[in-house]
Amino acid sequence: MLVDFLIAGGIMAAMGILLAAVLAFADKKFYVWEDPRIDQVEGMLPSANCGACGQPGCRAFAEKAVKGEIAPGKCTVSSPDGVIAIASFLGVNAGAEEKRVARLACAGGSNVAWNKALYSGMTTCRAAALVSGGGKSCSWGCLGLGDCARACTFDAIHMDAHDLPVVDVDKCTACNDCVVVCPKELFSLHPISRRLWVSCKNLLNGDVAEAVCEVACTACGRCAADAPGLVQITNNLAVVDYSKNRQATRKPIERCPTGAIVWLNDKSGASKGLEAKNITRKSRLPVEQADLPLAR
Amino acid sequence: MNEVSLGYIFIDSLLINNFVLSVFLGICPFIGVSGKITTAWRMGVAVIFVITVSSVLAFGTNVLLMHFHAEYLRIISFIVIIASTVQLVEMFIKKTSPALFRALGIYLPLITTNCAVLGVALFQTAREYSLVQSVVFAVASSAGFALALFLMAVIRERLELSDIPDMVKGTALVLMLAGTLSLAFMGFAGIGGGS
Repeated sequence: MLVDFLIAGGIMAAMGILLAAVLAFADKKFYVWEDPRIDQVEGMLPSANCGACGQPGCRAFAEKAVKGEIAPGKCTVSSPDGVIAIASFLGVNAGAEEKRVARLACAGGSNVAWNKALYSGMTTCRAAALVSGGGKSCSWGCLGLGDCARACTFDAIHMDAHDLPVVDVDKCTACNDCVVVCPKELFSLHPISRRLWVSCKNLLNGDVAEAVCEVACTACGRCAADAPGLVQITNNLAVVDYSKNRQATRKPIERCPTGAIVWLNDKSGASKGLEAKNITRKSRLPVEQADLPLAR
Repeated sequence: MNEVSLGYIFIDSLLINNFVLSVFLGICPFIGVSGKITTAWRMGVAVIFVITVSSVLAFGTNVLLMHFHAEYLRIISFIVIIASTVQLVEMFIKKTSPALFRALGIYLPLITTNCAVLGVALFQTAREYSLVQSVVFAVASSAGFALALFLMAVIRERLELSDIPDMVKGTALVLMLAGTLSLAFMGFAGIGGGS
């Protein structure tokens, strides 16, 4: 009996000591030195793991920041104070980035965009887009079911009265989540200094474009004529050359008949040109096609 | 000594007596990490690795215990062996392949508490498998675990976009799926001409 006790205790003790020795040896042998500052910098970061900085997460950002490969200012989610705190902790230049925000390339709310069908499935844009591109007559337009608003971690996107997402410029951190989630790829990230904006992605032209959505770009070319070089018509759509953003003025928007090209203001949202038609309708457009001229 | 052929052991533990779907071991990670295909895949690979290593060590431990006529210490010593193996593997991977370490992430330490690992060690002892048989058994049963996890992840990713009644959304549906999968795997019974 006593022998059994001794054998059992002895075996377990021997096994414990042996394994402890192996683990202790392995701990020394396979020790990976990590800069203790990585943990501290990670603690100062917002832990959103959003990827807006281009790194896989806050931890990876902290590693790069400690190595000096990335400036703390690249973290667009940190408050300016937070960035300065990290920069002074590491003794490097904060390297402030110009604030970027998500911009929506569509203005086709439910009061101006026609529907080709009534979609009544799951209320997500991704599901709706799978059913022959969703209910909107315009194949490029916003489906208005709010996937972007749900995807936004920072509560920066809200759906307006006409089922269009509105980006809260102050809250937006350019994390790219809405860009990824939108099945129509309508969001893109832009420095806040880009004021001239084409709020449409429709590649139809003339009456055909206007028949599916009243605020579509009809590719009339007036903006391109008013700002040669800065704006040009490519594939029936006005495209702004942002490498010439310094020359951007309000001039190209003024003669736009549908108000598809707009000037983005700091607080009051987008303003349309003087000749843009006035939309007074508040109600939702029904499911029917306007007199749609046959698209060639 | 058990005289069962290696091929039979492989097919038997991979499909017929699948660890998750027939023996009902390792259900926790099966439910927990089958949400996404990528994580399910990584968990599966980590489990194959750990089970194979711990199976060899458990075989050695068993020989030692038999020598001292202390077979009653099997469970507790296997637990100790498995826990240390996982620790060791974690340190080793962290040193040699930081990328793999980051990919496996939390799943590696989680395997310590996976009952399928202990199950393999105990089954191979109870069936008196030789070392080669044990290794084949360990690889096949952990591959069976990975297979079940992967199948479940594929199904669950598809279901993400389906219109499911609110009542069964989430874990309830996963349990129903697990039951259905388990029934489907019963169809493999009889392969290899019975035991």
